[in-house]
Amino acid sequence: MATAAAQRTTRTADSAPDTVDTAAYQHAFDAAVAADERIEPRDWMPDAYRATLVRQIAQHAHSEIIGMQPEANWITRAPSLRRKAILMAKVQDEAGHGLYLYSAAETLGTSRDELLDKLHSGRQKYSSIFNYPTLTWADVGAIGWLVDGAAITNQVPLCRCSYGPYARAMVRVCKEESFHQRQGYELLLALSKGTPQQHAMAQDAVDRWWWPSLMMFGPPDDESQHSAQSMEWKIKRHSNDELRQRFVDICVPQAESLGLTLPDPDLRWNEESGHHEFGPIDWTEFWDVLKGNGPCNEQRITQRRRAHAEGAWVREAAAAYAAKHTGGTGGTGEAGHETGAQRA
Amino acid sequence: MSTTDWPLWEVFVRSRRGLSHTHAGSLHAPDAELALRNARDLYTRRGEGVSIWVVPAAAITASSPDEKDPFFEPAADKPYRHPTFYEIPEGVKHL
Amino acid sequence: MTATGPATVPVTAALALGDDALVLSHRLGEWAGHAPVLEEEVALANIALDLLGQARILLSLAGDEDELAYLREERAFRNLQLVEQPNGDFAHTIARQLYFSTYQQLLYAELAAGDGPFAPLAAKAVKEVLYHRDHAEQWTLRLGDGTETSHERMRSACEALWKFTGEMFQPVEGLEADWARLEAHWQESVTDVLDRATIPLPEGPRTGAWSAGAGRQGLHTEPFGRMLAEMQHLHRSHPGASW
Repeated sequence: MATAAAQRTTRTADSAPDTVDTAAYQHAFDAAVAADERIEPRDWMPDAYRATLVRQIAQHAHSEIIGMQPEANWITRAPSLRRKAILMAKVQDEAGHGLYLYSAAETLGTSRDELLDKLHSGRQKYSSIFNYPTLTWADVGAIGWLVDGAAITNQVPLCRCSYGPYARAMVRVCKEESFHQRQGYELLLALSKGTPQQHAMAQDAVDRWWWPSLMMFGPPDDESQHSAQSMEWKIKRHSNDELRQRFVDICVPQAESLGLTLPDPDLRWNEESGHHEFGPIDWTEFWDVLKGNGPCNEQRITQRRRAHAEGAWVREAAAAYAAKHTGGTGGTGEAGHETGAQRA
Repeated sequence: MSTTDWPLWEVFVRSRRGLSHTHAGSLHAPDAELALRNARDLYTRRGEGVSIWVVPAAAITASSPDEKDPFFEPAADKPYRHPTFYEIPEGVKHL
Repeated sequence: MTATGPATVPVTAALALGDDALVLSHRLGEWAGHAPVLEEEVALANIALDLLGQARILLSLAGDEDELAYLREERAFRNLQLVEQPNGDFAHTIARQLYFSTYQQLLYAELAAGDGPFAPLAAKAVKEVLYHRDHAEQWTLRLGDGTETSHERMRSACEALWKFTGEMFQPVEGLEADWARLEAHWQESVTDVLDRATIPLPEGPRTGAWSAGAGRQGLHTEPFGRMLAEMQHLHRSHPGASW
């Protein structure tokens, strides 16, 4: 695996020496992508490819850490010790996934601090789904089943993404996510088969989370801004609508086994296409939430900013201690160097 | 001041005895002690390892991809380094 | 509370140790999404999960884990007041961790070495707790000997929690330990860490005038009632339901 450090030296590869023929680099890059080879951090890559990856990986990482909040909201109220342990482990995994992904983004020459700054100042986004509130315990189950389910549908193809570090981070993430989805399903099943109040709680949660989950796949293909180029670069391997359809087809029978209904009167099996047809998605809501008008946008980002600001003195203390006691070990990550021998 | 002052560390994990350490990923830590502990929490929380190395990312010396061809290609045309290069008569054992 | 557990297990002791682990785990769980750095989210959650695992085993020795955790009233909990103290800032959390995990590690090491009913559990848990103690020490050093701000915060946290440390060494019925020696070791170890962290050893009393130091007798501090209200409300709202 290429390291973040190794990358730093060549982040300027785009502005390669004048003497080098950029066209030749572009050709090598295109050929590698066409041959389904992985692009590694120190390889030359087009600026736009790098920028697209940074944007996408950062958004993904931000989603993981903002996504901790709606579920952490229930850690202190989990109704059994077993559920509490599961939920804590899950929220912890999300922090871990954020870390894997920030690391992958760092191999592209952007530090985690820069990315966090952009999150805190609203210049980079996180998945809009986390702007919805978790109102009852059943929401924890609905998030696991539907939100993590949609995320997995999105993410499994990313394990074959053309950028090596991202693909490898996703392999790790996907392995861990499948636990998340299963625990959510199991939680809902327990509620659905429980008391009438518990069943109602589960149905209410599914009613509220179903449509926002479908929106997680992004706007329809004909309105999707970045899709075509990302597909060409093999960052993305399936279109938004394709993945959305796959998700619906997976969920319908799962909902039946749960004994819960999906809140869509238009949902029906189409024998001919071999898929479930579903009703129109309210894209006005999607764009509205994305623009900041969701129920929790303000709350989520405020909590994130506060945690970061309140932690500043701790991070400073540890850095100061390290400087005192180790003579300031490490580098800044900028100093990865090549050997003289190779240069000679 | 911010986490930029926490340098980047590369983490290598030995998944079980008898195997070598392999690169698992990276993380930020103010110093080696905490880097090791953070690595333990992050990369071995599902029992993925029995031993961890952390290396300041800045301490890694890497080959340059630009020189990929001259650096690695000469090794590609020396098949005599590999055991499959040699034909051994059928029936000869322990070789 | 005598006939619920297996005959060989002293219920009072199982509750004391189990409640310590349960309550501290809950407090650490409150950090989720609020930690000073992402790496520390993972670390604090690991410690919370270790403690919750211990709590579940211990409470199960005394009865049904969920009934005990969710249906007891405040006055029936036997945890130390130290572990129920609110998180405060990161320095308070670390000071609480230092005081408690040093105690827990010394106690569990002693229990593991004996042949009492808690020996097998303690033998497993002591490895986890050793790590908690190490984590607390590492951070005490960094906060104590970091910046002026962090030094001041760490010093004041160590002082604020000092009055809750005396109760740790009251003998617990059913636990065979040399409490005086435990206390001496604890004092020695904490003094050493604070010394290296350039934090003066707090000078105040180690127990309060009235209720501080009575957690083992079921007397708790005000924040504990609120903590339990939050922890128990959902479970109690659905009597008899399974989750």
